Amino acid sequence: MSEHEYIPKSKVGKWFNDRLPLLTLANHLTDYPTPKNLNYWWTFGGILTFCLITQIVTGLVLAMHYIAHADMAFGSVEHIMRDVNYGWLIRYIHANGASMFFLAVYIHIFRSLFYGSYKSPREIIWIIGIIIYLLMMAAAFLGYVLPWGQMSFWGATVITNLFSAIPLVGEGIVTWLWGGYSVDNPTLTRFFTLHYLIPFLILGLVVLHIWALHVPGNNNPIGIDVKKPSKDTVPFHPYIVIKDGFALLMFMIVFAFFVFYTPNILGHADNYIEANPLVTPAHIVPEWYLLPFYAILRSVPDKLLGVIAMLSAILILAALPWLDTSKIRSAVFRPLYKQFYWILVADVLILGYVGAMPAEGLYLLIARIATAYYFLHFLVVLPILGFKERTTPVPLSITEPILGGSPNLATVKNKDSFKG
Amino acid sequence: MKKFSRISFLIFLFIGFQLSSNAAEKVEYLKTDWSFKGPFGKFDRAALQRGYQVYQEVCSSCHSMKYLSYRNLVEKGGPEFSVEQAKAIAASFEVKDGPNADGEMFMRPGRLSDKLVMPYENEKAAQAANGGAYPPDMTVLVKARGGGVDYIYSLLQGYEDPPIGVSLDDGVYYNKYMYGNKIKMSNQLSEGLVEYSDGTNASVEQMAKDVSTFLMWTAEPHLETRHRMGFKAIVYLIILTTLVYFSMKRIWSRVKTDV
Repeated sequence: MSEHEYIPKSKVGKWFNDRLPLLTLANHLTDYPTPKNLNYWWTFGGILTFCLITQIVTGLVLAMHYIAHADMAFGSVEHIMRDVNYGWLIRYIHANGASMFFLAVYIHIFRSLFYGSYKSPREIIWIIGIIIYLLMMAAAFLGYVLPWGQMSFWGATVITNLFSAIPLVGEGIVTWLWGGYSVDNPTLTRFFTLHYLIPFLILGLVVLHIWALHVPGNNNPIGIDVKKPSKDTVPFHPYIVIKDGFALLMFMIVFAFFVFYTPNILGHADNYIEANPLVTPAHIVPEWYLLPFYAILRSVPDKLLGVIAMLSAILILAALPWLDTSKIRSAVFRPLYKQFYWILVADVLILGYVGAMPAEGLYLLIARIATAYYFLHFLVVLPILGFKERTTPVPLSITEPILGGSPNLATVKNKDSFKG
Repeated sequence: MKKFSRISFLIFLFIGFQLSSNAAEKVEYLKTDWSFKGPFGKFDRAALQRGYQVYQEVCSSCHSMKYLSYRNLVEKGGPEFSVEQAKAIAASFEVKDGPNADGEMFMRPGRLSDKLVMPYENEKAAQAANGGAYPPDMTVLVKARGGGVDYIYSLLQGYEDPPIGVSLDDGVYYNKYMYGNKIKMSNQLSEGLVEYSDGTNASVEQMAKDVSTFLMWTAEPHLETRHRMGFKAIVYLIILTTLVYFSMKRIWSRVKTDV
């Protein structure tokens, strides 16, 4: 990984490092050459790591006091909120932390989409990222069930029932998932177990995500390959550490505002009513971060096709490195893609909005158009754009903005016109 | 920076959508000045004590408060009754305890450590006594309703004669703030219903406000601590962020790039 061999100065350090090269790893992480033109959209990787660790630590404490039993779960959450020392703080951080986590991950994903960070040679980083995102959604959904409020119970019922759309074995799978013939205590206990497990899977994948990142190094706003280390890079420490730290603190201010002043605004009031299998809430809505996919699910009249559409909407992202045929990474040099990018952002926001609305009338029509456009963007617009778009000239390096470069430095170097 | 403002605009648009989507079905609630709103909001002690009195004398005959203990009435940030007062309140209730050495359940006066005594043995008994409707537990009721404390405050004053064309079954009442306008709880508050020990005039509005304040506290017993701690945390974060910002500027000044 490292360009130069690292040798610890102290004898003990050398003895240890020869047996387990942890110091070499630490040295690699601090020296890691990072493009110096990274903007603040690149700080969300660090912010996401913070979010994950916050969720794990607060979750651990909550699990010490929480009781995963259909008759006691709701009461145990109230016990945490009232009697556990600073239990209210820990729970509000955990509940709002989920929203903050998703806010950050959406910015992180859309940053990647804008600057083409998913393109060669970073496809594996991207695909691991998509798996992390899927696991995050699973963890968030399972976690939302644990307080055993009305929205927990009915959300769990709606989502697990989606599996019944699978032909022949669907009903059997649903019974198997529930551990019975309805969402009940066995469902709650297994959801708790899985909710506890998934964050550690995510943690492992995050390590792979970062490892895969450290092979080619970071992409950057102008999307060109950067020779490293060079005038175009700075060592990770202290430059990126302090910049990520500054951005993280800004993020924490927003986070703290939600936790201390509007801790329940992102949740649904019905979840403070204990689960009641006999009373269905007027509207069953998922948390805000799942709404775009909920809209896609409901926009398809057939249940099975709806589930397929919803899953495809996420899985299609994994194929993105091959659907986007453009050789230029950054949208900065792709005037047309830039327009389509913002249309996609608006499209997803519209999907989120109609996802919160009843699936009828105009809302349903909008949801259908927006769903169709979502797939159109990935399946038609992106592949064609790569061939048709007239891109603007790309600089050769970050420090010396010579125009006419290519995303691949190696090929540029071979061209005579750029020699000298 | 232009891009940043564009994206933050979109995020705010989205949050705005979210809030308006929640607000879409809401009616305008009655407004009043809550002492606990805002970053420095605190409960009005006297209002909490009066609110407890209204709960006790009016609501508690049907509505349970099962996550609250008598000891909570003494705790800081709440009504802050004296220990003697709270002990006397607890002792005025009979609590079922046991089994004793003979294996019998027995009744004894309540203690501070007891949860508030429930009006009914169980949900079925509550329904049977209330024409099939279950009077919801009131501990977190404020957080369990979309309109929050304003909704409770308005609902208590929202009873009126049904508009022409709306027919009501026996035991169903018309309330303009209730979801669907039909409610199984009759109008509970009337002028001078309780006699406040502090001499406050017990108007319907006053009682509604006091009991809503009390319910806000039962739902969020640590609200005052939360507000205080939040202010400190955010001030601390802003100072630290400023320091880190200048350190960052200094470190990056070695590189010819803007941060």
